[in-house]
Amino acid sequence: MAGKVKWVTDIEKSVLINNFEKRGWVQVTESEDWNFYWMSVQTIRNVFSVETGYRLSDDQIVNHFPNHYELTRKDLMVKNIKRYRKELEKEGSPLAEKDENGKYLYLARGLYLSDFVPVTYMLPADYNLFVEEFRKSPSSTWIMKPCGKAQGKGIFLINKLSQIKKWSRDSKTSSFVSQSTKEAYVISLYINNPLLIGGRKFDLRLYVLVSTYRPLRCYMYKLGFCRFCTVKYTPSTSELDNMFVHLTNVAIQKHGEDYNHIHGGKWTVSNLRLYLESTRGREVTSKLFDEIHWIIVQSLKAVAPVMNNDKHCFECYGYDIIIDDKLKPWLIEVNASPSLTSSTANDRILKYNLINDTLNIAVPNGEIPDCKWNKAPPKEVLGNYEILSQES
Amino acid sequence: MKCHRPRVGPGRPFSSCWRPVPAAWRARAGEMLQEESDLSLLIAQIVQKLKGSNLYAQLERQAWASLQRPEIRLESLKEDIKEFFKISGWEKKLQNAVYSELNVYPLPSHPAAPPEHLKEPLVYMRKAQGSWEKRILKSLNSMCTELSIPLARKRPVGQQKELLNKWNEMGTDEPDLSLFRPVYAPKDFLEVLINLRNPNYENGDSLSFRTHLGLIQVPLKVKDIPELKECFVELGLNIGQLGIDDSTQVPPEFFENEHVRIGQKVLAEQDSAAAQQYIRQGSPTALRAELWALILNISSQPEDLLYYEQLKTNVIQHDLLVDSLIYKDVKLTASNDDYYFVFEDYLYQVLLCFSRDTSVLGHFAYNSASPPKSYIRGKLGLEEYAVFYPPNGVIPFHGFSMYVAPLCFLYHEPYKLYQTFREMYVRFFFRLHSISSHPSGIVSLCLLFETLLQTYLPQLFYHLREIGAQPLRISFKWMVRAFSGYLATDQLLLLWDRILGYNSLEVLAVLAAAVFAFRAVNLMEVTSLAAAEAVLADLSTLKVMPLLQIFLFATVT
Repeated sequence: MAGKVKWVTDIEKSVLINNFEKRGWVQVTESEDWNFYWMSVQTIRNVFSVETGYRLSDDQIVNHFPNHYELTRKDLMVKNIKRYRKELEKEGSPLAEKDENGKYLYLARGLYLSDFVPVTYMLPADYNLFVEEFRKSPSSTWIMKPCGKAQGKGIFLINKLSQIKKWSRDSKTSSFVSQSTKEAYVISLYINNPLLIGGRKFDLRLYVLVSTYRPLRCYMYKLGFCRFCTVKYTPSTSELDNMFVHLTNVAIQKHGEDYNHIHGGKWTVSNLRLYLESTRGREVTSKLFDEIHWIIVQSLKAVAPVMNNDKHCFECYGYDIIIDDKLKPWLIEVNASPSLTSSTANDRILKYNLINDTLNIAVPNGEIPDCKWNKAPPKEVLGNYEILSQES
Repeated sequence: MKCHRPRVGPGRPFSSCWRPVPAAWRARAGEMLQEESDLSLLIAQIVQKLKGSNLYAQLERQAWASLQRPEIRLESLKEDIKEFFKISGWEKKLQNAVYSELNVYPLPSHPAAPPEHLKEPLVYMRKAQGSWEKRILKSLNSMCTELSIPLARKRPVGQQKELLNKWNEMGTDEPDLSLFRPVYAPKDFLEVLINLRNPNYENGDSLSFRTHLGLIQVPLKVKDIPELKECFVELGLNIGQLGIDDSTQVPPEFFENEHVRIGQKVLAEQDSAAAQQYIRQGSPTALRAELWALILNISSQPEDLLYYEQLKTNVIQHDLLVDSLIYKDVKLTASNDDYYFVFEDYLYQVLLCFSRDTSVLGHFAYNSASPPKSYIRGKLGLEEYAVFYPPNGVIPFHGFSMYVAPLCFLYHEPYKLYQTFREMYVRFFFRLHSISSHPSGIVSLCLLFETLLQTYLPQLFYHLREIGAQPLRISFKWMVRAFSGYLATDQLLLLWDRILGYNSLEVLAVLAAAVFAFRAVNLMEVTSLAAAEAVLADLSTLKVMPLLQIFLFATVT
C-alpha cells in the first residue's frame, strides 16, 4: 500500500527532523501507527523489554538493536572481544596463534596485530587481577571509566593503587553494592603516547552503520573527524587531573578557555590522511587506515553471535579510536547514540549528510519499509558510506 | 659546467619566454656575441654569489680531502677532482645551487645598470613603492607613539625564562592585543595599486575597444591565453596531472603509479632542475616535502638548526613591536581556520624568528621594496645610528601568517618549516605585496586577471562592472594570499606545486579568472557587490587543476 512513511522520534535534533521532512514523511506520535522510529537508548529498552515490550510489525523499523549494549557498554565490549579471541584460539585457527609474549600474532588477512583494545579490567569484579597487572609496571597510568555513562562524565586517571581503594572487593570501606551495574567501572591501561599533531592529543570519531549482524553487513562513513584537545599534551603526572589535556570529548573541551566555536577543534579524516601521508609516507598511512577498518569489523564480528539480530533494526554507531605515536590504532569505545548536536556550521552539514545517507540505506527508496528486505543496499545509494563488510 | 637558461623565469619586464628570432646572418652573429658576453657576465655573478656560501666552503674541504684518494694524480689534478665531484654527487649539488641562483636572481640587464634597476627598472613604480612604504612606516610609528610601546626592547630575565618555558605553546598566551591593529590589510594596498599611473603614458579620454575596463590602469605587458598555453604546456589536456588523473574513478595504472615512480627517481638523483620540471604535473603527497626542499635547494644541515636556534635566542632576549602584530594576525586568521588551527604554535615559532632573520635582507636586492629604517632613540636622522626595523625588513600585514600555515602540513620540525617558509618568501611571496613591474608581481597579476576576464568573459566582466562589483575587488585577496585559507589544503598544495614548477605566480591570476568563469552563470544573476561576494565566498570545494585546465585549454579563444 503506497503511502507516506510515518515517523516518530524522541530526539529533537534538527539534523534528524530536517531529513524526515525533506523526504515528505509524516510525523506521528508513538501511540499511533508508525513506520520509522528514531529512538533514544532508553526507549529501545522499553520497546524490547519483557514486560512492556510490543511486537513490531513488518512495516516498522527502529534505529537500535535490542541488545546493542553488548557492543556499546565498555565492560561488555571487552568481554565479548576476549571471548571471540578465545574461540578463535580453540578452533585451532591459525589466525589465533600467539607469539612468545602471549600476544596474538594474526587475526585475518595476514595483518600482524596484537590486541587492539587496551588492557582492560572490570571493577570491582577483576580487582585482584588488575592489581597483579598494575604491579608489573607500577609507573603506568590507568584510566577509570564508569560503564554506563557518556560524554566523558566520571572519567579520571590514576597512577597509584591508593586512588582506587574504594573498588577493592575486600575493602571494608567500600560502601556501595559491589554487584550493582550502575556503579561498575572499567579500568584500562592509559595510552600515554598518543600521536600528537601540533603538540595536541586527538581521537577519531568514525560512524559505522550496521544493517544486519548475521550475515554481517556494515558500512563506514567516509567523513569521520578528529577531535583535538585545546591544551597541549603532556604525560606529566602533575597534569593527570587536567581533563582538558587528556579527554577529547567535545562535551568536555567546549568548556575549555581556548575552545573555538568556528572550527570546534575538529579536523576531517581527510585532513589527517593528508598530514600523515605528507609527513610519514603513503605506505604507513594506508596501513593505519586498513588497520582501523579491520578493527571495526573485528569488533562487530565479536558481538555478532550474541546480538539479537532483529530484522526490524539497524544501527549507526560512533566509534572512538586513538592512534598512538607508533601509528597503531586502539579501539576505545563504541557509542550507540553518537551525538547529533552540531558544534559548528561544518558539523551541522556533516551530521545532516550522515543522517541522510543513513536513511537512504536503512529505508530503501524512502518508501514504507518492509523489514524482510535483504539489507544489502545497491552501490548507488551508499552516498558517503563505503562497504566495510558485506557477507552474503 | 653548463649553464641552463630557464624557459620561464624572472627576467626583464617585457620578455619572460626566450624565443629564437629569425634574422639576417650578421644580426645573428651580433646577437651571439651579445649572448656570450651576457653569459660570461652571468657566470661571473653566480660565481661571486656562491663564493660566500656554505656550499663553497664544503666543496673546498672536499677538494682538499680528495687529495688523499688514490685516483687523484698530480699530473691531471683538475680533471681528477672534477671526476671525483661528479661521482660523489657534489657536482649535482653545485648544479642545484647554480640552478637555484638562476631561478631567484634576475638576469643582469646591462653592466652599467644601477642597483635600483635590479630592484625595479621603472621609475614611477619605484616612486609609488617608496611612498607606500612611507605610509606603512608612519602608521607603525604612530601606533607606537599612541600605545607608548617601544619598537624594540630587551626582555627582563624573568620574562625571558617564562617565554622559554612557553616556547611550544605560545598560543595559550593571552596578551591584550585589543589596542593593536594590523598595519594594513590587502584592501588598503589595492587602493594604492588602483591609483598607480605611468606619467609617460597618455591613454586619451575617448573610450575604444582597447580601453581597459578594470581597476589597474598601468600599461604592463601580460600574457594572453595562447601565450599562457605555451608557457603552461604541461597542464594540457593530453598530459597526466595530479589533481585530475589521480581521482578515485581513474585506475592508478593509467598515470598515477608511473608518476610516483618517476618522482622517486627524481628524488634519488637529487636533481633540482628535474624536480622542477617533474612537479609541473603535480607532486604525490608522500613525496612533496622532499621535492619542495630539492627545488628550493634546502638541505637541512646542522648549521641550519643552529641558525634557527640562534634566531630563537634573539626572540627570547628581545621583544619587538611586530611580535604583537604577528600574534594578532595569527589569532585573527590561522587560529580560526578549519585546517590550520592545529598548528597555531608553530606559526609563532616561525614568524617570530623570521622577523629577526637578517639574512632575509639579501632579497631586497631584487625586491622593489626596501627595508624600513629606524633610529636609535634620540639619534633620529643620524645614519650611523640607523637600523633596519624589523631586523628582517618585512612588516607583516593582515593575513601574513597564512603564507606559513599550509607548510605545516609538510614539515613538523620547526627549523625545516622555517627554512622552507623563508625560501618561499624570498622567492615568491614578497612579490605579492610590493609594487613592481615584474611579471609575477602583484600589479601584473591583477592586470593579467582583469585582462583575461575582459578578453574572454566580456559579458560577465561588463555586467559585474555595471553593478559596481569590479571583479578585482573580490579576487585581490585570493591572489595576495596565494589562495591560502580560501582553498582546501590538498588543492592549495597542488596549486603551489605549479608555482614552484613554473617559478612564476601567474598561475594565481589564471586560477582567479578560472574561478570567475566557473561561477559565471550565478554571477550573471547578481545585482550587487555583496551578492557577488556571496557567490564567491566559499572556494573550499573547488578542484583547482580541472579549473585551470579547462580555462586554458578548453575555452574557445
